[in-house]
Amino acid sequence: MDREHTIAVLVENKSGVLAHIAGLFSGRGFNIKELSVGETENPEYSRMTIVVKGDDQLIEQIKKQLNKFIDVIKVIDLTNTPSVHREIILIKVKAPPARRQEIFQIVEVFKGKVVDISQSSLTVEVTGITEKIEAFIVILKPYGIQEIARTGRVSIARGMSRAGGIVNG
Amino acid sequence: MKMTGAQAVVEILHREKISIAFGIPGGVVIPLFDALYGDKEIKIIVTKHEQGAIHAADGYARSTGNTGVCIVTSGPGATNIVTGLATANMDSVPIVALTGQVPTSIIGNDAFQEADTTGITRPVTKHNFIVKDPKELPIIMKKAFYIAHTGRPGPVLVDIPKDILTAEIDFEYPEKVTILGYNPTIKGNPRQIKRVMETIKNSRRPLIYAGGGIITSNASEDLRKFVKITRIPVTLTLMGLGAFPGTAPEFLGMLGMHGTKTANYAVHRCDLLIAIGSRFDDRITGKLSMFAPNAKFIHIDIDPASISKNVVIDVPVVGDARQILREMIELAEKLDIQDWLDEISQWKKEHPLTYQDDDVLRPQYVVDQIYQVTEGKAIVTTEVGQNQMWTAQFYKFCRPRQLITSGGLGTMGYGLPAAIGAQIAHPDNIVFDIAGDGSIQMNIQEMATISQHNLPVKIAILNNGYLGMVRQWQEFFFGRRYSATCLRRDGRCPGVCNNPGKNCPPYIPDFVKLAEAYSAVGMRIEKKDDVEGAIHEAVKVKKPVLIDFIVSPEENVTPMVPAGAPLNKMISSKEDAQNFLLA
Repeated sequence: MDREHTIAVLVENKSGVLAHIAGLFSGRGFNIKELSVGETENPEYSRMTIVVKGDDQLIEQIKKQLNKFIDVIKVIDLTNTPSVHREIILIKVKAPPARRQEIFQIVEVFKGKVVDISQSSLTVEVTGITEKIEAFIVILKPYGIQEIARTGRVSIARGMSRAGGIVNG
Repeated sequence: MKMTGAQAVVEILHREKISIAFGIPGGVVIPLFDALYGDKEIKIIVTKHEQGAIHAADGYARSTGNTGVCIVTSGPGATNIVTGLATANMDSVPIVALTGQVPTSIIGNDAFQEADTTGITRPVTKHNFIVKDPKELPIIMKKAFYIAHTGRPGPVLVDIPKDILTAEIDFEYPEKVTILGYNPTIKGNPRQIKRVMETIKNSRRPLIYAGGGIITSNASEDLRKFVKITRIPVTLTLMGLGAFPGTAPEFLGMLGMHGTKTANYAVHRCDLLIAIGSRFDDRITGKLSMFAPNAKFIHIDIDPASISKNVVIDVPVVGDARQILREMIELAEKLDIQDWLDEISQWKKEHPLTYQDDDVLRPQYVVDQIYQVTEGKAIVTTEVGQNQMWTAQFYKFCRPRQLITSGGLGTMGYGLPAAIGAQIAHPDNIVFDIAGDGSIQMNIQEMATISQHNLPVKIAILNNGYLGMVRQWQEFFFGRRYSATCLRRDGRCPGVCNNPGKNCPPYIPDFVKLAEAYSAVGMRIEKKDDVEGAIHEAVKVKKPVLIDFIVSPEENVTPMVPAGAPLNKMISSKEDAQNFLLA
């Protein structure tokens, strides 16, 4: 049965690694749904959060293929681990002065922030899990969405577990 | 010790005990070839094309188990080895390929002979590096050699910009390297090994399906011992041929698309399939959902990513085949499987590999005669296609590293340069390249390299005037529409033709004259009676010999499992193919 998996991958922080990982997905016909990358507590390593959809066998194969890469240090499937997931969206919506107040109220409900404002539009930042972001988009749609930029999620296991930490990091 | 980057590379090759390297120089690697000039320990074999160099390094590596080295220039030099890297990557062959690169200051400027070599080769290597700081050169080289020959071996490429080769460095070569993201599992989990042995004991119809991993891990002796104790019959993949004696009574022949009926029936009927160093590829399994439908699966492999990739495995063991087999031998005992062995003997009796034995000069007969005359002892390289399958079927390989063939990628033009590497590594062995007239021409220029180094390679061209395997598929599955497969065809031929005859254009090139042009001995054999004598003569001559065997043009490789069919549905003729298509 297909289901969404969130996989954190610790990799060497050097050029070519992202291309290599992306190449694995395209070369083997796997689809990346979301991908985010950034440096870790140790600047020698980067952490990728990759969201993929597939059945158990496919996900298992993806994890093994990732593990096979020499530049990959660790692969952590967070799907069944209690974890915190966050994504940021920046959304630019049509907002003539007459409708601004309404939109402000919606933003407040979503604990968002208005980060830019112009004559006819507002840019709003919202952080949260994917469902919340999706809900926010649905609510704003009738006002006229002009542009959306999303980060893709970053994820980390809850509690003291250092599943994603680097050995002797 | 102060030295240039180029001198450091040479010093590293010495320390890695590299005595031979294959390559072609070019602009940015002049400093490296300069450092190799007159070197007493490293012999450089300059091929005529970079593809020849990388395949020769590959043939050297496969025939010895040592790492092959290939040195080429940037841009086209590097892109010309891509096919060879992919070939070695698919078949897990240890190679270190050194490519020159334009100076670091102009990388990305579309400089002369610049190509993004690491970008291009990433999917076809086990790993690759670009050296951007001369200080890193020794450690990167150490890592490259370490990665290439450990775990599941493979080609590793090191891209070295010109200014790195000329920079002065303080040379220090590490004894050891550790790579955080690379720790191949060697020792099998003892609990899993126990489960393997229990599963084997509980089976009634076990079958070993072994592959190239046995050869890579030097586990042939151990496999033989294990089979001797347990009596479990063995089938091998193309890559595994030689890992178990081709003449042993427990051997069922190769399995898969052109495997024996016995092997494929056994796979279909077994209740336990023990895969060792093999990877369930599509040429082996046929229709995946129908593969070994009655069996449980054990899979022993050093590459965890190979396990449960295509077939879900019941008992996996990750590790080195030899170590695991040794532990299995400790727990092994004779199995009560006489009924199963009897069933197999019956298939063997009913379905031997055969070909028509008449006056016609048939390619299978040529392979059979090469086997007889060389007493089964030659190192045999092949090209790809029918020639390769007939070799696999009719040359009974009895020791590992005896068959050198491009299995996974199926690279036409592989056999001749690979024979260079094999012959250099084994100067006293007879090395035969069994070739097709199509694929030999893909790297025929290496005939010159062979003659220049006085390598007594024997080339047997099974000349049927076609790209034979494709023609066979056209005959079986495309209504005999021989589109683009006739090698005699020229501009005057009719648009549609599937009837070669007296009016056909002459064959180009004349392989005998070509052999002579390359200072080799050329022979043409058109009659069955002359085959044996010609092979005897070729073996006697201490020179390269090319024999152009004019064989029956429309011979087919049988039996055959049509693509997408289950293994027990094998066809042997065009009529069978028709019935298969209609079913």
